Amino acid sequence: MTKEEALYEFLIRLGDNALILGQRLGEWCGKAHQLESDIALTNVALDQIGQARLLLTEAGRIEGKGRTEDDLAYMRGEMDFRNNLLVEQDNGDFAHTIVRQYIFDVFQYHLLKGLQKSSNDFLKAYADKSIKEVTYHRSLSHDWMLRLGDGTELSHQKMQDALDDLWEYTGELFEMTEADDVLIAEGMIPKLSDIKKIWEEEVEATIQEATLKVPDTLGFMAYGSRKGIHSEYLGYILAEMQVLPRSMPDAKW
Amino acid sequence: MSTDQGMLWEVFVQAKPGIPHKHAGSVHAPDAEMALKSARDVYTRRREGTSIWVVPANMISATTEQDADSFFDPADDKVYRHPTFYTIPEGVKYL
Repeated sequence: MTKEEALYEFLIRLGDNALILGQRLGEWCGKAHQLESDIALTNVALDQIGQARLLLTEAGRIEGKGRTEDDLAYMRGEMDFRNNLLVEQDNGDFAHTIVRQYIFDVFQYHLLKGLQKSSNDFLKAYADKSIKEVTYHRSLSHDWMLRLGDGTELSHQKMQDALDDLWEYTGELFEMTEADDVLIAEGMIPKLSDIKKIWEEEVEATIQEATLKVPDTLGFMAYGSRKGIHSEYLGYILAEMQVLPRSMPDAKW
Repeated sequence: MSTDQGMLWEVFVQAKPGIPHKHAGSVHAPDAEMALKSARDVYTRRREGTSIWVVPANMISATTEQDADSFFDPADDKVYRHPTFYTIPEGVKYL
């Protein structure tokens, strides 16, 4: 695997995470339980879409086949997407959305911290730019974790249910492939195994503070996205996201 | 909207350093920290602010309509209280 191939895979992975999570959060527009949460979630969605644009544009440049951010977002099929299974999971209730968000925010925050030391100019600039907004995302979802986990009996139960449902998708965030090895050797990216340790410490401390329990999945974790194998949700997300550019190519806003 | 959305907070946003905070609107939130975050998301997402205050709405005392005559009318005929007889030097901002 060449350095360029490895970098393309890594950029697609990050870009697809941002794109799919942004699309998912956008589904809350007009539907959240109060205007404040509606705007907060869609703000995060727009931040993620902004990151996806940077990452997919750079991925297209590195690939060198002339594909634009739009080509990559709208013209790839499910098997070519490399987003983690976590971000494509259903919004569910507000508790599921918050738990999914918090798990991802802590992961993204520490990944960006690592990328701020990257030897690659783009990755470093991307991390420096995005760390501010992700710091806010993490602070927001952390606040909700505590208030809902340590809230009423009902909110506590809903949060625990969400944690139990989503925990099996956390292992895959840290799965490393040949691309990681190549880029780590170049000093371009941090080791996901190192990030896993910091992530576990932080997330488990929050779960405890929120009076919730770290789920026991009996060692089971869901894998697949590194090879393009997704859960049943991604196809529906892509159908909704891609229908316009695919049915009317080159449509302008 | 249901009434079970948490306390009501009044939001004051400062647009630039050095000028007063202005009332922007209100948000619902369970506590001050969340109120600040909601205010940030609802009222400053287009770079409107450099600082935010949130105040529990029930902590604000307001004049009533009945007070209007005694509070405000006496100022009507005292034009000399306006500094209209001076020229403002060039370059003075926010006056």
